[in-house]
Formats: sequence, structure tokens, C-alpha cells
Amino acid sequence: MAGEGGSPPAGGRTPSSRRAALYGGGDPNAAPPGLSARILELGEELRGEGVAVGTSELLDAFAVLREVPWNEALDFKEALAATLAKSQEDRRVFDLVFDRFFFRAAEMAAVREGVTEGGGMDAAGAELNLETLRQQIAAALRDGQEALMRDLARLAIAAFGRQGEGSGVIGVDVQRIRRALGLRAEPQPDLSPDDPRAGGLPRDQIRRFEALLRQELERRQIERTESLPPARPLNELDRALPSGPLQDLAAVHRVVAQLKRRLKTQGHELRGHRRHAQVDVRRTMRASLQTGGVPVVLRFKPVRPRRPEIYVLCDVSTSVTSASVFFLSVLHALHDSFRKMRSFVFIERISEVTDVFERERSFKAVSEAIGRDAGVADVSGYTDYGRVWSEFAGLVEDELHPRATVIVLGDARTNGRDPRADVFARVAAQAGRTFWLNPEPRLYWNYGDSVIAAYERYCEAFECWTTGQLEDFVKALTRPAFRA
Amino acid sequence: MPVPNSVDDVSTGLRSVGYLPGESTALVSYLAAKLGKPILVEGPAGVGKTELAKALAQYLDRTLVRLQCYEGLDEAKALYEWNYRKQLLRIQAEADGAGWQQVQDDIFGPEFLLQRPLMAAIAAEEPVVLLIDEIDKTDQEFEAMLLELLSDFQISIPELGRFEARTRPVVLLTSNNSRELTEALKRRCLYLWLDYPAIDHELAIVKLHTPDLDDAVARKLVEVIAMVRELDLKKPPSIAESIDWARALLLLGADDIDGQVFTETISVIVKHRTDLDVVAERVGVKLGVGAAASG
Repeated sequence: MAGEGGSPPAGGRTPSSRRAALYGGGDPNAAPPGLSARILELGEELRGEGVAVGTSELLDAFAVLREVPWNEALDFKEALAATLAKSQEDRRVFDLVFDRFFFRAAEMAAVREGVTEGGGMDAAGAELNLETLRQQIAAALRDGQEALMRDLARLAIAAFGRQGEGSGVIGVDVQRIRRALGLRAEPQPDLSPDDPRAGGLPRDQIRRFEALLRQELERRQIERTESLPPARPLNELDRALPSGPLQDLAAVHRVVAQLKRRLKTQGHELRGHRRHAQVDVRRTMRASLQTGGVPVVLRFKPVRPRRPEIYVLCDVSTSVTSASVFFLSVLHALHDSFRKMRSFVFIERISEVTDVFERERSFKAVSEAIGRDAGVADVSGYTDYGRVWSEFAGLVEDELHPRATVIVLGDARTNGRDPRADVFARVAAQAGRTFWLNPEPRLYWNYGDSVIAAYERYCEAFECWTTGQLEDFVKALTRPAFRA
Repeated sequence: MPVPNSVDDVSTGLRSVGYLPGESTALVSYLAAKLGKPILVEGPAGVGKTELAKALAQYLDRTLVRLQCYEGLDEAKALYEWNYRKQLLRIQAEADGAGWQQVQDDIFGPEFLLQRPLMAAIAAEEPVVLLIDEIDKTDQEFEAMLLELLSDFQISIPELGRFEARTRPVVLLTSNNSRELTEALKRRCLYLWLDYPAIDHELAIVKLHTPDLDDAVARKLVEVIAMVRELDLKKPPSIAESIDWARALLLLGADDIDGQVFTETISVIVKHRTDLDVVAERVGVKLGVGAAASG
């Protein structure tokens, strides 16, 4: 529902009468007829993009619109956002949908006919005279007039968009328009002194104006393609794990922030199980008052979700090293979900890297440090799983117990050496749960020197080459175990 | 007790008590006061979520009732509790004379009710501002318990019946987003996301709290803070810490933030050893170089 085309409940009303409804005068406190229907459509559209908009939210939206003048664009939008979008991700989707929904249709006509929003500019005088436009924009920037800047951004795109089509890349277009407008932070002495640009413009304001241009261009793109740009942050994350050059830690943290929130909300199915629950003396005493001091009803302390103890082993031979480091970073960033965590890297031999993650903050430093440590673990450069299991068993054998979880990340390519699945089986038997994450697609498993089938008998194997799969795995990890 | 009639009223009112609201903050506060709906305020730590509640209370000239949430908080600590020691004393005191029926009627009366914050907010004679701080720290059961309170402003006490609010409190719930709140709770609230303020906004805040600080220093300070927040830190500096830093600089009589002043006072805004290293490396160097070039 991007443009004028299909707006069913608005019925037979012509575009111009709808524009009158959106922009026209009249009693500012009475919402124009037809607006309710539009709000409902907006709600419908938001649902389509995955925002949970219930009837009560819509009722709230109507309630707040009675308090806010509907012809103040900013207040109108904020008021709707406060009632319809109830998380940051929802807010992002809301912004995109809102812009696409409300202001596209009226905008072209508004530029053409000089209709403006409250607090805006008088566009009749502008007439797309490029030099005047430059001056006006510079003046608006200097004085920091927000509403005016928004209108001018639209005009600028209309004006400079005509001198040749956009490049299709929004960033390039923004810079092109900025240059064409001659907006610079440093003083430009060759301009006449009464030109607002002569003394240089505030850098913040230029940045703000660029943001407005960008927003406007994005909206046009949305209208053209009739689809939202990757709207949900999750889509962004569902890419392949880094396999080539290392990505920045910020990307890791974005994944982790999501994961963390999900982890915290799950595990509640556990509460309710009474088998191991402890009696809560205070609450039991309080309950006993109703029965004259006799504790008839026992009250229990709530069961907390389980925090597993984790041992991670990561292959860091060249074929899988990026995925490994990424995975370790994620786990370490999540460490407060686990009671205890030790991590190891291995190639031919094994080496513990737990404290590297406690010491280093940047992803690059971590991977360098691991590179150094892995040097210890590397003799020939070929993975030797048999030797790794033996060494691992020697290191942690005393600590492994049924509440511990062992996670192995590797491609199970033994380079023709003995897989020693028997040692692996012993480790797996001692630990409560054992997982294997294979960064190769399942299609390639057991081809060539991959011997994952030998290990798969003793553990749960997951393929793990996108962040989505990684998330699924971490969910499985913190879910209570249901072992037969 | 002022009654806001427009968004601007709220905005000016909050300013007058020393809180500079962003645009949507004033709007949502106004809507909440007008419609009697709770506000769910989310945002990173230290952007003034709790401060907003305090400022609202001060502006609306209402008492602030605060409930700090934590894991394991239950209704006995949040809503009400029977004062069972007193009840027992009463039973013992009347053991001989009164009949059972009379005692039983007596000991479940308002006299034996201990009011906890939520109850106090509802029972208050004058309207209050109720702040439920860090709601994300509690468990979901507690959220469910809040639902009745937030939508109908009433509490059901099995022994006494329904207890309805005499006045409508303005309710703020804050959350650091450490867990997803339930849809049911969100549904009953207006949503407000508070983020770190833009440079000019923060400058205004710093100036408001330390009016004596030199303009140039104040501007540089907020610019540095903005730079530090860009970095990937364990704990980015909050607004309160910018203000602390401004005060520290004022005390030290610093007339510029150069490399040396920065290293001496960095611990005011950065509170993790690993963060210190990152900041010293990325921002400190920049300042040091800047000072060398200009001086």
C-alpha cells in the first residue's frame, strides 16, 4: 500500500479530497473523516511487517489522537509510535511503514502546489530556483530549523534529481546533492558575505540534513520497489558466518544482544516443576496464617532457569578459523548465561584460551591472540582429532560431570589420521550433553576425509554456517535437557 | 497541583524543574497524564529514565512512590502483606473473651494490612507518581500481577475484596531491555524509547547542571563523550557521568580538555579497566595530538 493505488476503505474519495483531509484546515482538534480508517489500515500494514498491533493498541492510538493536533507531523507520528510500536525494532519498522503510508502520496502534490506542513516553508516562492534553494537550505541549516529542513530536503531531491537520474546508491546521491548545494562546514570566503554559506555551516546541521536527504531517498526507493529495505534487524543477521576476513566486534555484539534477550525470556517452562523445588519458609508461614498457623499449603521457591557449565573446543585450522573465533566470541559475550565456561582451541594439539576473552575486548586482538596461542597447538598445520581428544580428556577429565556440556566446533576432517572416536565417546559419556557444530553445510559431511559420522553417534551434530543456525543452537543449549 | 494542557506545558514544566525533555519525552508524558496510561520507558543505562519520573513528580507536585524491582520480588514486598505478628498478638489478646467469628473478622481488616509501594500508590489520598524501576529485573509472574493494577488501577485482596484507586497515579515503568517484556504488559503502556541525547541537547543538560563551566570546555566535553560512546565499550558513559565529569573539571579549574586533563579525569566517565585502555587508545591519542597541533 505504498501510493495512491489501492486504498480500499478511503473508498471513492479522490486523491485531492484525501489530501484536503490530510492537510486541509478546519477544526484542528477534530480528526478529519476517514483518518480512523487510515489508522486501521496502518495497523494492518504494521501487522503485515510483523509488528504485534492488537485492538487495544489501535484503541489507544485513537485515544491519543484526540489529544494531539493531527496536523503537527512530528507529534502525530510520535503519538502513534508511542501506542503502536513497543520495542526498538518495532519502532524502526514503524518509521519506515509510517513514512511510506502517510506522506508519499501527498508529497508530490505538496511540492507542486506549494502546500506545506505546519511550521514549514512557503514553497510558492521557491519555484525550484536552484540558487534560491541553495540559499534557503543554507539559511535553514544555519538557524537549525528542523521542519523547514525536512521540506527543503524534499525540494532539493526534486530539483537535483531532475538533472539526471539517481545513481541508485543512496549514499552517492546524498553526497552528490550536498556538493551541488555547496554545503560545507569550513568558511567559503569567495562567496558574497551575506550568503549564509560564507561563514561555514554547523557540522551537526549538515549531518542532520544529510540524514534527512537519506531518509527521503530511502522512502523514494521504497515507493519505487514497493518493498521495505531489510526491515528487521534479524534479516540482517541471517547471513553466513564470517568465513573470510574478520568482521568487527560490533557485528558480533549485535548478534549477541539479540541472543541475550531471547535467552532471558526462555526457560520459563521449567518453573512449575516441583520435584527439586525448595520450600520457601517465609511464604509458607504467611500462607499458614489462613489455616490458623498450621502449614497446610507448602510454598516453594521458584526454580531458576538452568545455566550450564560449558567446555568449548574450537578447530582453528585455516579452513574454519573465522567461524571458530566468531563462535567463541559469541559464547564469551554470553558468558553470564553460563555458570562456568572454559574454551580451548586446537589444530594438532590443544590450548586453552579462556582468559584471552576476559582480557581482550576487540575482535581483532582476540583473533590475533588466538593465532599466537594456536601456534602452540599447531605443529604440522593438520588437525589431529585423535590426539586432541586424548589431551582434552587428560585436561578436564576430573571436572566433567553430568551437568557439564561439551561443544565441539570443527569440520571433522582428520586428514586421514585416526579419529579415535572411542576417546571422544568416553568424554561424551562423562559430560551431560555433547554438541558438535559443523561449519560445513550438511551436504559435504562425510565426503573426502570428513568423519563426522563416527562422532555423530555420541553427540548431537548441528550444521552451523549462518547466524540463524547459531542462534538456534544457543537456544537448544540453554533449553533444559530432556534425556531419555 | 498543575494540570498540563498541552505538550508545551509539560515541556516547560519539566524544564522548570531541571529536566530537559526530548520532543517525544514531553509528548508521551503529556499523553500519559492526560489519558491515565502507564509509560514504559526503555533505553540504555543512564539516559535519565528514573530522573524523568522524579522530574514529573516534582513538576506535577505529586509524591513519588518508588518500587525498585529485583529478581525474586513478590507481591508481599510490592503490594501488601498481612501484619501477621500483630494478628497473632490480637488473637492472643482476645483468646479468652471474644468468639472466633469476631476475631477472624477483626484480624483481616485494614488495620492489619501493611502497605507496600504499589498499594500505597493506589491508596494515597492525593494523586502520586508511581515509578516501577527496572521492571525487566523481575520474573514474568510479577509482570502478570501488575496487569490488574496497570489497566484498572485496582488490587484484589482475597480477604478484603477489591481495592480501587482513589486517585489516578501517573505510572512509569523503566526497563534496561535486559529481557523482553510480555506483550500483555506492553499492551497496557505507552512506549517511550530514551536514547543518549544529541550533542546540543546534552550540552544544554550539562550547562544546566554546571552553569559555571566554560562554554568551550562544555562543548568539547560533550563532543568527547559522544566520541567515547561511539566506541564498543562494556559500559558507555551515562548523562549523569557527563555531569560528574563537568563538575570535576570545574573543581579542577580546567580551561581546556587536553591530553593530560583527559588522562587524569578519565576515570570519572569510564569504569572498566578494559574500557579505560580502549578509550585511552582511541580518544586520548586524538586529544593529545589535537593539543600538540594547537599549542
